[in-house]
Amino acid sequence: MEPLLAIVIGVLVALSVYLLLRKNLVRVVIGVVILSNAVNLLIFTLGRLDRGIPPLIAAGEYVPTEAIANPLPQALVLTAIVIGFGLFAYALVLTYRAYTEMGTINVDDMRVAEPAYKGEELPETAVTEGEEK
Amino acid sequence: MTILFSVLLIFGAAFIGPMAAKYFRNVSGWVLALFPLTVFVYLLSYIPLVSGGEVFRESYTWVSYLGINLSFYLDGFSLMFALIVSGVGTFIMIYGGGYLGADPKLPRFYFSILLFMGSMLGVVLADNIIALFIFWELTSISSYLLIGYKHEKEESRKSALQALLITGSGGLVLLAGLILLGMMAGTMEISEMLSDPAVLADHPWYLGMLICILIGAFTKSAQFPFHFWLPGAMAAPTPVSAYLHSATMVKAGIYLLARLSPVISGTVEWTYIVTITGAITMLISAWLALAHTDLKKLLAYSTVMALGTLTMLLGMGHEYAVKAVAVFILGHSLYKGALFMVAGTIDHEAGTRDVTQLGGLRKLMPFTATFGCIAALSMAGIAPLLGFIGKELVYEAALSAAIFPMFFIFAAVAANVAVVATSAIVVLKPFFGEFKETPKKVHEAPVSMWIGPAFLSVLSILFGVLPFMIDGTLITKAAASIAGTPELVVSLSLWHGINAALILSVLTLLSGIGVFFLWDNFRSSKVMQGYDRVLGVAPKNGYEHTLNGILSFASAQTRFFQNGYLRYYLLTLITFFVVLTGYTIVAKTDMAMMLDFSDIMFYEWILAGVIITAAFAAVFASSGLVAIAALGVVGYSISLVYVLFSAPDLAITQVLVETLTVILVALVLVHIPKFQGYTAPSSKIRDGIIAAGAGLVVTLVMLAVLTLDFDPYMSEYFAENSYVVAYGRNIVNVILVDFRALDTFGEIVVLGVAGVGVYGLIKFGRKLHAKEGTNV
Repeated sequence: MEPLLAIVIGVLVALSVYLLLRKNLVRVVIGVVILSNAVNLLIFTLGRLDRGIPPLIAAGEYVPTEAIANPLPQALVLTAIVIGFGLFAYALVLTYRAYTEMGTINVDDMRVAEPAYKGEELPETAVTEGEEK
Repeated sequence: MTILFSVLLIFGAAFIGPMAAKYFRNVSGWVLALFPLTVFVYLLSYIPLVSGGEVFRESYTWVSYLGINLSFYLDGFSLMFALIVSGVGTFIMIYGGGYLGADPKLPRFYFSILLFMGSMLGVVLADNIIALFIFWELTSISSYLLIGYKHEKEESRKSALQALLITGSGGLVLLAGLILLGMMAGTMEISEMLSDPAVLADHPWYLGMLICILIGAFTKSAQFPFHFWLPGAMAAPTPVSAYLHSATMVKAGIYLLARLSPVISGTVEWTYIVTITGAITMLISAWLALAHTDLKKLLAYSTVMALGTLTMLLGMGHEYAVKAVAVFILGHSLYKGALFMVAGTIDHEAGTRDVTQLGGLRKLMPFTATFGCIAALSMAGIAPLLGFIGKELVYEAALSAAIFPMFFIFAAVAANVAVVATSAIVVLKPFFGEFKETPKKVHEAPVSMWIGPAFLSVLSILFGVLPFMIDGTLITKAAASIAGTPELVVSLSLWHGINAALILSVLTLLSGIGVFFLWDNFRSSKVMQGYDRVLGVAPKNGYEHTLNGILSFASAQTRFFQNGYLRYYLLTLITFFVVLTGYTIVAKTDMAMMLDFSDIMFYEWILAGVIITAAFAAVFASSGLVAIAALGVVGYSISLVYVLFSAPDLAITQVLVETLTVILVALVLVHIPKFQGYTAPSSKIRDGIIAAGAGLVVTLVMLAVLTLDFDPYMSEYFAENSYVVAYGRNIVNVILVDFRALDTFGEIVVLGVAGVGVYGLIKFGRKLHAKEGTNV
């Protein structure tokens, strides 16, 4: 199963990278979600897969008596899923907030913090310090 | 007292200096002069021993495994230099106190100049070449502070930066040269190199090492084409110019070449490069002086001429040349230090230092005029002053040059003609002739400002008339150190009989006086102006163009990489990842990937198909709702993978998180209008290729990792200890809350912070809009 998942993960990475390179900030955030799913799956897969033997110790035993699935990647991925969700929630709200402040979700137009280069006009939506005064 | 202590004493004085300026006010210069004076007297006590042929060495362990030690070496040559540094330094402290008197920045001056003095002593006394380099760089840094003393003026800041950049970049090259030298010689100690001069000339690195060291020395000592920084540095207050730009710092390059000459000189490369660079510098700068009317510029160019002369002599390296170097260094330090101080005094009292606006000051400032004239006579090389002996020796050396003797004789005579004229200009114009009104009413300067010129010019006479005072005590051993032949004996005298050198001297003097009388017309002539433009101004402009070019290259480069477009940052990062990791995986592994699909159940194939299809739908769906739904399908399918492969906890978490994710996206998307940004098809194709590459590399890396043997050590440890140590039967949970509890705690903190951030972003945003609403 591992080689098949390796291919699935490759496809997910490719799609998420494509989304990360979009101008639409919402799509960038969706790219982040897919990428974190792909990476979680990658860690899980590289810990080797086993069917139907969850890492539990049977009642009355001190150590697992039969073969169990590798518990370590599961612990790592569990943390990663939750952290990934935190990141995603924050990024999404930031996107929303950026839209309410700047009136756009086009990352190319979000240049308030960037220097205005010679001969380049700032997009109208960008609020510059001078305009605020 | 030790040599180390004498250097530290001056560094210590640098920190006392600012306080002294406060407590001793008008006499602070005199008080601080006691520090260099102490060192001077201490060094004098070495003269009998050193002239008897002894050398002294002190070493303190520093980074011994790299061969770097704080070690000092005192022989005839370093003793002479150290005496000049501390002796002239004594008068500079007195003079500086008088010259800058009421200036509120005086404490800063004391600090910087004493810092410089300590560093310069370190340069001329260091034995270890790395220690020497560190002192060398310290002189560059302190001279930056000193040249930029009047920091409120743009010219000062520019000149300071210019001097720092030129000497600093030269210093960097020098470091490379010194390290090469140390590796070639097998030791970092100059004394060991001198006592056992290994044959370096045949070493394959010789030329590289030589060029690096020469660039370091030439930049420091303002050799052509780096000569322009020294006249530029005249933006410094005059005490600084009198010290750094005549007697000490600019001679550091000369010192280094002379110090190392027994080890690295004598080859064809050395002779040609050093001799010719020196001669060109000497000739060009001597005449550049005559294009200027500013006293300090006149003196600065004549200093460059002197440095050129010394470089030329070191390049020749024969016995006359070595003698001439020793005498000329001493003679030049005496008269040039005095003349700079005199120029400063004139500027200070009259309010201008343009010689065309000065005249007839001798009656108003008799002491300054007298000592200035003596120093100028020495500079012009007129008997019986020390400058005469020095110049005679230069001519003798040029006459016996091994290569192109006619060229060097011509260059030396032509340069000295200009120097005679310069000497005449700097004293005859201000002190003699008709009195001219000046911006300030002129008085004789206070004693602190003429005592320095007095001592230095009197020494010029004394050493000239009674040369036996210095030849056995100082010059012989100094010359012997440069030549590397301990048995060399120098005997100086004023009168050598009528010989070629004397005839050249007379010729020089007469022509120089002629040039002086023609100067007023000559200066403004087209020839002279053009000469200054090509050789004086053009190198400086070249420097500025280079500097501006570097700056605009840097900003263009920054603009290119830091363009402000998130997509391009990511594109760059990902492209590098794809290219570098992809190259490594293809080139460095055997690509024996495990592609065994035999054990896969049919429903697993279906699951994989669903994930991929849903992911494509999430990316390419035209409707936002479809994209969200597809995203949910991807997430739930992944949780099915966790279910199938023995990870129930992951599956539960994934389902929860995925549900929340979809709800959140849906909630936010309601408020954000549909955005259809136009993207050129070419960019889409480019991004697609990069994205496909990234996916391919990840798959290849995974397949490569899967071929490796799995090491279950950690997993087995957790399985065996989960219940025994932590009393939990769900091993994954035990790892999270027990073995790796701190990680989980960190995770909770991250989630908490994200939650607070989300709340704040929404809450704060609403307030802001409410406010705006009321305003409108």
